[in-house]
Amino acid sequence: MAAAGDHVATGRWEHFPHDADIGVRGYGATPGEACEQAALAMTAAIVDLATVRLEQTVDFALEAPSLDLLLVDWLNALIYEMAERRMVFGAFHVKIENDRLKGRALGEAVSRARHAPAVEVKGATYTELAFVEDRPGLWRAQCVIDV
Amino acid sequence: MDVSRFEKLSETAWRIAPFGGMRAPAIVYATEDLMTEMDDKVFDQVTNVAKLPGIVRASYAMPDAHWGYGFPIGGVAAFDADEGGVVSAGGVGFDVSCGVRTHLTHLTREQVISVQQELADALFEHVPAGVGSEGEIALDEQGMNAMLLGGAQWAIERGFGRPEDLDRIEERGCASGADPAAVSEHARKRQRREMGTLGSGNHYLEVQEVAEIFDDKIAAAYGLVKGECVVTIHCGSRGLGHQIGTEYLREMVLSAPNYGIELPDRELACAPIKSELGQKYLGAMRAAINCALANREIIGHLAREAFARFFAQEDLPLMFDVSHNTCKVERHAIDGETRQLFVHRKGATRAFGPGHESLPEALRPYGQPVLIGGSMGAGSYVLAGVKTSELQAFSSACHGAGRRMSRHAATRTWGGRQVVDDLRAQGIIVKSPSLRGVAEEAPGAYKDVRAVVDSAEAAGLARKVAFLKPLICVKG
Repeated sequence: MAAAGDHVATGRWEHFPHDADIGVRGYGATPGEACEQAALAMTAAIVDLATVRLEQTVDFALEAPSLDLLLVDWLNALIYEMAERRMVFGAFHVKIENDRLKGRALGEAVSRARHAPAVEVKGATYTELAFVEDRPGLWRAQCVIDV
Repeated sequence: MDVSRFEKLSETAWRIAPFGGMRAPAIVYATEDLMTEMDDKVFDQVTNVAKLPGIVRASYAMPDAHWGYGFPIGGVAAFDADEGGVVSAGGVGFDVSCGVRTHLTHLTREQVISVQQELADALFEHVPAGVGSEGEIALDEQGMNAMLLGGAQWAIERGFGRPEDLDRIEERGCASGADPAAVSEHARKRQRREMGTLGSGNHYLEVQEVAEIFDDKIAAAYGLVKGECVVTIHCGSRGLGHQIGTEYLREMVLSAPNYGIELPDRELACAPIKSELGQKYLGAMRAAINCALANREIIGHLAREAFARFFAQEDLPLMFDVSHNTCKVERHAIDGETRQLFVHRKGATRAFGPGHESLPEALRPYGQPVLIGGSMGAGSYVLAGVKTSELQAFSSACHGAGRRMSRHAATRTWGGRQVVDDLRAQGIIVKSPSLRGVAEEAPGAYKDVRAVVDSAEAAGLARKVAFLKPLICVKG
C-alpha cells in the first residue's frame, strides 16, 4: 500500500507495487467514481496533485466491450491527451452506463518548474487489471501502468 | 522464486518442463541467488509465453528477469510463421526498440572532471529530458513518413549524425519492412515534438569512465581504453512507440478469439504472423524501431554538440547502438536446419557471437557489443556476444540490472535530494528536472548489476569486456 488520497467523500485511491512500474487502484461507490479515483492514482504517480490548477477541461466519450477494458481505454485516453496537449490533470468526472464512459478531465499546461513531473506514463496495461464490485456499493478499478 | 520448482541444468540454468498447455519448456538463466530474488510472477510469465502458438525450442528468461507485462522483462521467445507462430505486441512492449548506445571519447577522467559541472549543465540544457520537454525538430506528415521509413539514416540525411555511425547500429540504422500507413494519427501526433528527446523513468544520458577492462583484446577492438570516458544514451521510440503498443495490444486482445488463440494473460496479446493484423503490427513496430533509431541518433548528435563546447577535437565516434525491446526476423539453426524465426526480446539484448554476418567487419571477429545499463551509482557494463549464446537463447543476453524495489518503495526509502547529494559525494553529478524521479531511480532500488552480468557470463550468454563508472547522469 502506498500513497493514498481521499479526494472525494466516498472514493479513494492508492498505488500498489509492481517490480518495474506502478499499480494504480481506485475505489468508489459507482464504477464512474472508481474510474475517477484510478485516474487520480495515475496522475499522482506523475505529479503532486495539489500543484495542479484546474484551468482547462478535456472531454471524453469511450466505449468498450467490457468494463475492465473500458478502464484501460480511459487511462490510455488520458495518457494520450496529457502527452499530445502537454497537460497534467488534477481532477476527473466520470459517468459509466452500459460499458460507455463519458468523462471530463481538468488540469493545466505542464510546467516542469512547478509540477516537476516524476515520470512519463507510457501506457495502461492489462496486468493486474480488475474492475469489480467488491461488495455492494464498493467498486474497485485497478491496473499496472508502464512508466 | 522457489528453485525447487525447476530442474537444475547447471549453476546458472534452470528448466521448467512443459505443463498445463505449455508447447515448449521454459528456461531461466541465473544463479541460485538471483533466482531466489526473482518475483514468482517471473515463473508465471515465462511459462505463459511457452503456451503461445508456434514457439520454437523454449521460452527463456535472462538473469535480470523481473515481473513485466505478459512477457517477463528479460524474456526471449522465437516463433515460426510456418508453424502458426505469432507476433505479440505484449512481447515487444510499449517502448518499442528502447535501447542503448555508447559513444567513445579520448578524454581522460581528469579532463572530464575539470569541467564536470559545466559539461553536466550543458548536456542537461542541450538534450531535452523529462515530461513536457520538446525537441527542436517539428515533423510534418511527409517528414514523419520519411523518418518512419528511414530511421537513423533519415536523421543523418537531415544533418543529425554522421554516415559512419550506421556501421555501428543494428540493421545499419534502418529496419526494413516499416509501414507508415500502419501508424495511427494518434501515434504520429504524440511524436510530432518528441524527436531527439530522452524521456523519463529509467532513461538517461551518462558520461562514464571506463573503470575496468576484463578482456583486453575485445576492449581494444571496441575502442575502450581504461581511464578514458564514454557517453551512453538509453531511450526508445518515445510517444509514437507507446501509442503503437497501446493500440495494437488492444486490437490483438480483442481479435485473439477470432484467430483461435487462447491468451493465458491478456498482456500476451498476439496475432498469427501470417495474419493481416500480424503483418500490420510488424509494419507499425518496424516504423517505431526506426523512430527509436532516429531518436537515439539525434540525441547522439546533441551530445556531440554539447561536448564540442568544451572539447572541440572530440568527435565521439559511435561504438554501438543496440535495442532491447524488439521482434526481429532472424535465421537460426534448429536441429541442424536453418529456419527464419521472429525473435521477441523484451528487456533482453541481441548478442550475436563472433563471425556473425550482420556485424560490421571491424567487430565481426569479436562478437557484438552488448550494452548493459546499471543504476546511477553502480555503473554499467559492456559485454560481447559469444557463440554459445546461439544455442542458449537465440543469441540473447540481459539488458540491465533489474529493479529489486518498486518505485514507491524507493521514494519511501530515499529522498531525491539525498540521492543527488550521496552521488555527488561519490563524484557523480546527477541532473534531472524531478527529484522524485531521481528517488525512484535510486541506486539501491536496483539489483546488483555485477551479479547479473557475472551470471550472464557464467551461463554462456555473453562475455564481460568492460565496466563503466558514471561521472555525469542526465535523467528525464
